[in-house]
Amino acid sequence: MKVKRTAVVCVLLAAVLSLVPWQARSQPRTLRIGFVSTLSGGGAALGVDVLDGFNLALRHLGNRLGGLPVEVLTADDQQNPDVARSAVERLLRRDRADLLTGIIFSNVLLAVGDLVFGSGVFYISPNAGPSEYAGSQCNLHFLNVAWQNDNLHEAMGHYAQLKRYETAFILAPNYPAGRDALTGFKRFYKGQVVSEVYTRLGQLDYSAEIAQIRAARPRAVYAFYPGAMGVNFIKQYAEAGLMQQVPLLLPGFSADADVIRAVGKPMVGVFNSSHWALELFNPINRRFVEDFRRSYNRVPALYASQGYDAALAIDHGLRAVGGDLSRKAEFRNAILSGFDSTRGRVRFNRNGYPIQNYYLRQVVESANGEVVNRLVGTIFRNHGDAYASQCRLR
Amino acid sequence: MAGGLVVEQLLNGLQFGLMLFLLSAGLTLVLGVMDVVNLAHGSLYMLGAYVAATVAGATGSFWAGVGAAVVATAAVGLVVEATVLRRVYPRDHLTQVLATFALILVFNEGARIVWGPQALLLSVPPELSRPVAVLPNLTYSAYRLVVLGVGAGLAVLLFLVIHRTRLGMWVRAGASNRAMARAMGVPIQQVFAVVFALSAALSAVAGALLGPILAVQVGMGEDILILAFVVIVIGGIGSVKGSLVGALLVGTVDTAGRAFLPPLFAQLMSPEAASNLGPALASVLIYLLMAVVLFVRPQGLFPVRA
Repeated sequence: MKVKRTAVVCVLLAAVLSLVPWQARSQPRTLRIGFVSTLSGGGAALGVDVLDGFNLALRHLGNRLGGLPVEVLTADDQQNPDVARSAVERLLRRDRADLLTGIIFSNVLLAVGDLVFGSGVFYISPNAGPSEYAGSQCNLHFLNVAWQNDNLHEAMGHYAQLKRYETAFILAPNYPAGRDALTGFKRFYKGQVVSEVYTRLGQLDYSAEIAQIRAARPRAVYAFYPGAMGVNFIKQYAEAGLMQQVPLLLPGFSADADVIRAVGKPMVGVFNSSHWALELFNPINRRFVEDFRRSYNRVPALYASQGYDAALAIDHGLRAVGGDLSRKAEFRNAILSGFDSTRGRVRFNRNGYPIQNYYLRQVVESANGEVVNRLVGTIFRNHGDAYASQCRLR
Repeated sequence: MAGGLVVEQLLNGLQFGLMLFLLSAGLTLVLGVMDVVNLAHGSLYMLGAYVAATVAGATGSFWAGVGAAVVATAAVGLVVEATVLRRVYPRDHLTQVLATFALILVFNEGARIVWGPQALLLSVPPELSRPVAVLPNLTYSAYRLVVLGVGAGLAVLLFLVIHRTRLGMWVRAGASNRAMARAMGVPIQQVFAVVFALSAALSAVAGALLGPILAVQVGMGEDILILAFVVIVIGGIGSVKGSLVGALLVGTVDTAGRAFLPPLFAQLMSPEAASNLGPALASVLIYLLMAVVLFVRPQGLFPVRA
């Protein structure tokens, strides 16, 4: 009796043991992607757009990147650097993520960058593009597939300069990307900046700032407010009756589908800058826009295109190294030398930031009453960023 | 034009201050009369905003939303008072803080489950979403004027209730000496329930009215709760008059700080230093105000208890 039971146990053990190597051999390794993003609160629309775009690209690629099956581990950073840090720590140590992406806000990214780079893990940024990581602190493990923080604002500064607005009142939230924004605007706008205002990040009532604008009587206002901040600023600007008095210039972040949905008609006529547009004519973009609308029942904002492009970039890099992320330089260089995105072929500077076109868009009301962004023209061609020359990477 | 700026900032400060008053009046009554530290006050404010946004979205009428928010939040206030607070009245403040902090977590998670993690949209009623001329040279948002008016009206109403009615007398008696009030036959239990429901209703008004100006989202209550506590510390705990003065002070100081400090600094120092220091100092200005008041008058501006 006892012998029989022992024999059964032995047979079972043997069966289990034989299963283990068999599984390990036949199933290809899964690529674990840590997706840390802002999925709740005032910046949630941005994070959800990037995530939806990223997931759409994965679906288009058959849930594989560079031939490897993919597992996406999402974490909500709540737009809080401390929460993000513990999420990243968990993803790196416990979940052993192979690659990280997803962060929206630059202050959040700057709080976790050292942790990610120090672990030798790549961070492919779909959004946050702080100047810190573009210049002397550029990093082998960091790439941004979208833009450097200054870029869209540089484009709008250039536009304001072309329009010859003599004076401008400029505003942004008080955080790294806000400072990058106004620095970028001033780099190309040569008129007089009558006031440069930094508000608390997450501030939602702009009555005090709007009163200042009214008193200063500038020829133009430039405001960088992403997410809920932008919705509130623009609504309150319109409610105060300033829309007709002082032209409001915006970066694409404050004038794309997420903000338009919330603000609506008062935004019609507003000019804004972007590296991407709904109508960009290439097969990848057409498929992205059509399928995004169908899958999520809304118009994609630029953030969604960035999430989509992040997945395409990772796929492109992994293909070049046969799915082996330990071949770091080759992986990086494959992406840097260019990949096909929703904006066509995008090339990069050695600091990991794109060289691309920047467009002028205008919010219009289409024939069926829908308020959308329309592509108007090109502001910059093959434009890089101002910090690349300080980057020592080869 | 500089005069116009000052008037406009004053209106902004008053409007913000009156909304703070609606919140802090309830908080100060609950703390002064019931001797309960109610951290969940901000959650009731959040609940009011969520109910207003939901009902306004469903019916298309902003004011129906406000009404529903007041009724629903007052009802929830009554339930919370009967089920949770009544058990912690005799306990020390630490227990009350723990219990009401737990309520914050429950409300926040509940809102996340019911309404989702993304902010809700509550729009200004269309008839008010345009500017009106308040002075020959100054236009101001019609909606903000209405918010100002409602806030001022409620403040007057609250004063009449506190100073001219029997309920108000009981409330004042409870605030100045609870044991004596009980001994004199004041129905403390009922007064507590009414006070708590009233404070919930007031915070719901604030939540619903500020919804279109701010954003209806999880955690909106915590930000403003801190300011409400600053207000009642400045005004004196238990004093409605104190919370009105404190709220208007905090509202105008905060607005004026944001509006006038950065440009002032820009004249005195380099733009880089000014843009660093200005916003930083503007955001701590109200805490400086609180520190000064605490130093000069530790009991607040209008202390209730002798």
